[in-house]
Amino acid sequence: MAEHKLVGQNYTTPDLVAKVTGKAKYAEDFRAEGMIFAKLLLSPLPHARVTRLDLSAALAVPGVKAILTADDLPAAADAVNDNGQLILANLDGEVALTNEPVYQGQPILAVAAVDEVTAADAIEKIQIEFQPLPFVVDPLESLRPGGPNARTKGNYWNIPAPAPAAQGGGGGRGQNPPRPEIRGLKFTDAEFAEAKDGRLPVMREAPEKWSYGDLDAGFKNAALVLDETFVTPDTSHQTLETRTVMAYWQNSKVYVYTGTQSTAQTVLGVSRWVGVDPANVVVISEYTGGGFGSKITGAISLVIPVLLSKKANAPVMMRVSREEEHYIGRGRPGVRGRMKVGFSKEGRITALDMFSVSDNGPFERQGDCGNTGVISSLMYQPLAMRFRGISVLTNTPPRGPQSQPGGMQAAALMEPVIAKAARKLGIDQVAIRRINAPVGKASFGPPAGPKAVRQYVTSAFVQEALEKGAALFKWDERKARSGKRNGSKVRGVGVAVSTYSAGSVGYDGLFVIKPDGRLYVQSGIGNHGTASVSDCHRVSAELVGVPWEKCEVTWGNTAKNLPWTCNSGGSQTIHAMTRAAHAAGMDATKKLREIAAKDLGGRPEDYEVANERVFRKGGGAGMSLAKAAQRAIDLGGAYDGHELPKDINKFTRASATALAGQGLMGVGKDNYPHDGQSRSFVAGFAEVEIDVETGKFHILDYLAVADVGTVIHPRAVGGQILGRSMLGIGHAIGQKWVYDQHYGVALAKRFHHNRPPTILDAPARMQWATVDLPDPETPVGARGIGEPPVGAGCCAVLNAISDALGDDVFRRAPVTLDMILTALEAGRPTTEPLTAHI
Amino acid sequence: MAVIHDVMPAFELFQPASISDALTLLNRHGSNAWVMAGGLDSFDWLKDRIKRPSVVIDLSQVQALRGIKEQNGGLEIGAATTLTEVARHLVVRDKFRLLMEAAELVASPQIRHQGTIGGNVSQDTRCWYYRSGWTCYRAGGNICYADTPTAINREHAILDADRCVAVNPSDTAPALVALDAQMVIRSARGERIVNAEDYFIGPAVDITRMTVLAPGELLTAIRIPSTWAGAQFYFEKVRDRNVWDFPLLNVASAIKYSGQTIERIHLVINAAAARPLRLHAVEAAVVGKPRNEQTADLAGRIAVQGAQPLRHNGYKIPLMRNVVKRAIRGGGGGTWTS
Repeated sequence: MAEHKLVGQNYTTPDLVAKVTGKAKYAEDFRAEGMIFAKLLLSPLPHARVTRLDLSAALAVPGVKAILTADDLPAAADAVNDNGQLILANLDGEVALTNEPVYQGQPILAVAAVDEVTAADAIEKIQIEFQPLPFVVDPLESLRPGGPNARTKGNYWNIPAPAPAAQGGGGGRGQNPPRPEIRGLKFTDAEFAEAKDGRLPVMREAPEKWSYGDLDAGFKNAALVLDETFVTPDTSHQTLETRTVMAYWQNSKVYVYTGTQSTAQTVLGVSRWVGVDPANVVVISEYTGGGFGSKITGAISLVIPVLLSKKANAPVMMRVSREEEHYIGRGRPGVRGRMKVGFSKEGRITALDMFSVSDNGPFERQGDCGNTGVISSLMYQPLAMRFRGISVLTNTPPRGPQSQPGGMQAAALMEPVIAKAARKLGIDQVAIRRINAPVGKASFGPPAGPKAVRQYVTSAFVQEALEKGAALFKWDERKARSGKRNGSKVRGVGVAVSTYSAGSVGYDGLFVIKPDGRLYVQSGIGNHGTASVSDCHRVSAELVGVPWEKCEVTWGNTAKNLPWTCNSGGSQTIHAMTRAAHAAGMDATKKLREIAAKDLGGRPEDYEVANERVFRKGGGAGMSLAKAAQRAIDLGGAYDGHELPKDINKFTRASATALAGQGLMGVGKDNYPHDGQSRSFVAGFAEVEIDVETGKFHILDYLAVADVGTVIHPRAVGGQILGRSMLGIGHAIGQKWVYDQHYGVALAKRFHHNRPPTILDAPARMQWATVDLPDPETPVGARGIGEPPVGAGCCAVLNAISDALGDDVFRRAPVTLDMILTALEAGRPTTEPLTAHI
Repeated sequence: MAVIHDVMPAFELFQPASISDALTLLNRHGSNAWVMAGGLDSFDWLKDRIKRPSVVIDLSQVQALRGIKEQNGGLEIGAATTLTEVARHLVVRDKFRLLMEAAELVASPQIRHQGTIGGNVSQDTRCWYYRSGWTCYRAGGNICYADTPTAINREHAILDADRCVAVNPSDTAPALVALDAQMVIRSARGERIVNAEDYFIGPAVDITRMTVLAPGELLTAIRIPSTWAGAQFYFEKVRDRNVWDFPLLNVASAIKYSGQTIERIHLVINAAAARPLRLHAVEAAVVGKPRNEQTADLAGRIAVQGAQPLRHNGYKIPLMRNVVKRAIRGGGGGTWTS
């Protein structure tokens, strides 16, 4: 794709007009004949057992149609994944309704009635009694010697090592992962003693641990060794659209109207949670009001209206309120980290010894804890490293991946240490990040596999991003005025680097060129605000030479013949689905050339495809795509989709079969080579101004420079960079959860309590740029961008604050004015150093 | 009884079109009636089913409660006048800029379009324990959940706490106290005028109420006398976010000078106690002194005498000291760049 006509250009996305005119239909906007409404009864206690439940008075309320309890849910079932592995059911995993709530706000039952007021009135008539059980909302409190466990069985997940492969068994299938189990673990008294000094105690034998290189030598050879503790906040995803769902059954099929990040893959989520065959699931998700990792395949709570609908024999709408969303809407695990870091006198990291304690919430183990180690190893390339960590179960709302899960926390744990080291060593902040930056196919993470080999990335252009950013931000000029007082105001500048996953491989593309000459693209991508639902397919359009005005994108309804598609989590989509779109585009190009050769003579390779035609190279005979589409129907076979590639997913096969015979089909699986793991990078730059009499600060300016490979859609990339930067900045300036530890309940549970940043908290000026270097390991050159801006945004601001005020102001994020003011008064940080959720 | 939030229960709704009709309804329904102006405070309580009135009297149709009239060199502001209308009124801008600044800093533009000045000064405290429906002192119980060794009380009181440590969250209240405003209160029994300073009450007087308004009474208007017209004003609201946030502290001052000497001053702080506090000791100490850094320092030090921090709100003491200083001296000596 030497010359791009569509890739790299701005355009009007097919969903835009509906969004700005209000015609877009989100889950809550759908209606069905005879629809009734569901409301939830939530647990008032952080951990308890329901000992008595009397529904009679509620069922007697006129208008009440059905009540769904935990007893109505299907048992957790084993599943087989795409690789043929048997995934054993997690018997202590999350359930949609329960008789043993493990966090305040966990749904216990749901009432369906003719309207919400009737349902709510009925809930108030329910007689329910609880036996309170031990609880804990702070991971360190649980790890303390003698501390309480969040779950009756313990406080962390033990993931047993896979059993050695059975001799002669397996039949080529991947090894089945063992069933995770909950165990208990505490610090020893000696280990925990450090906590009283505000330092995170280090657990010698943590469940997650790995290392590489000679750590002792690294510290021995260091010119500077820092030993720091830092705490990051737990934050809700705060999607504007809560996880509202409407569902009904027709014959044996269930129709689920929901927000989701991943339309096609949500079919499997529904299938697994509800216990129905995927062929009997239809997911409708035309528009989704934000996901950020909280709706990767919808949400488990969708089973409530689905099963209520079956029980009541009527469509059920379950609207989720903002407070309910606080409980069931997912959150980012807060991490407390202890980082011992050795630096050479040039600032190179010679050794990193990292210990992370993550707040896991009550259910499945989250990857954030381990990611703090993996991402730190990639971002700063320590010469030697040891990681230890534990993700601790607590009686707080379920966690889930939130934009840059674990990577954002890694940046927040490490960046303040790097900034402090630069000040101590007298090195420029940009220079110290440059010297530690990953270059090319940089290695990261633990040694793995029989040969103990570390993974590596496809490419990394971090140094280029830092250089471009320093020039655009006028770093040297701004640095000169950093720390200077003007009345009660003082300015500071900060820079930070950040990285995360940015692509997967192996999915399918599917479209049809019909005899009307138009390109009909099937998109299984979720429409959650990133524009990738249409962006990716511009690659197909470009390959077959169809102008975008003649492309129709079908999305948002799995009954409409969509291909197998990656889930939109971990910024996979633009990478995975441009590859799939490329595969389908190449398939169609090949078919067009063959048709031309059949009809017009010569060999297929004598023909090229462009400008809505297939024609002889260098001029001569040709035909329009419209004509070729008709010829494809006449020829049948592979040309119009009656014969399909053997390697496509069965989901794609069913869709392509349904579309066969309508025109020339482009269909293919991404089999392109891919050496390394795709990761994207961002360098962030911020300038802040702080009022030392109140502690209040403003962000004057922010710039993010991204290494994302080829830019497919500049406006969408810019939106992602700045939007996700703000998500990160929220973690720096005020967003957090607040829990009363004694009662184990949430105090901040609505927008104005949790304080996500407002538009007036955004930097007065915000800019973005990209380094514009294609990734060499993918045909279009594009990598994802959803994740890495988050950590860069958070940490550029944190570093700007410490640049203005010094290293003795904060040891945790967010940094709020009370923290700044009391630290300036005392000359040292005074905010409680380790307590969670304050 | 199981608890559910976020679904407003049924109640009888009245929308009187005149003050007399509103008073008749209030008299008829007594403590069963809930008076609603802009609804910003009311809807939270009603949707969460914590306050359960059988009758809601919505004042939005009472035109006589809206609007601003000039009166004896001052103003009379109808209690249901929106905060946007107050902030944009020309006389408020010209003569009583303190009130304009306070009104403009309330919440967010949308809330100021809907919220009224009467509602802003009469709103209930935002203590998150109390507003979550916990049966604390203020809710008729016998404990303060915000004043325990483990409580999260960053936004709570440092002064004048009495069992309850909640604070008054209003931004316009301290400005009105500083301006010597008078609150016009009517009921079926007639009219009474209460000084703004006396309108607000702390827990020692009545732990379940924020104002002197009794069941059956309606705040109909706020009068601002000419006393402080054109004085030197200072208003500062300190909050976490730059919009849509309650104050962590706010300060309002009105000063008249004789040359460089402070001749008369009213200085009021809010969100430090359950009611806006006029800092009489500070006022007395600075009258007759020049407006300079020393006087400002003195004011700041006196202001925080007797302040008692809780576990998480110790920052309010230096913050109060500094904003009181600024209320005398003027801003931070360097405006925000942005």
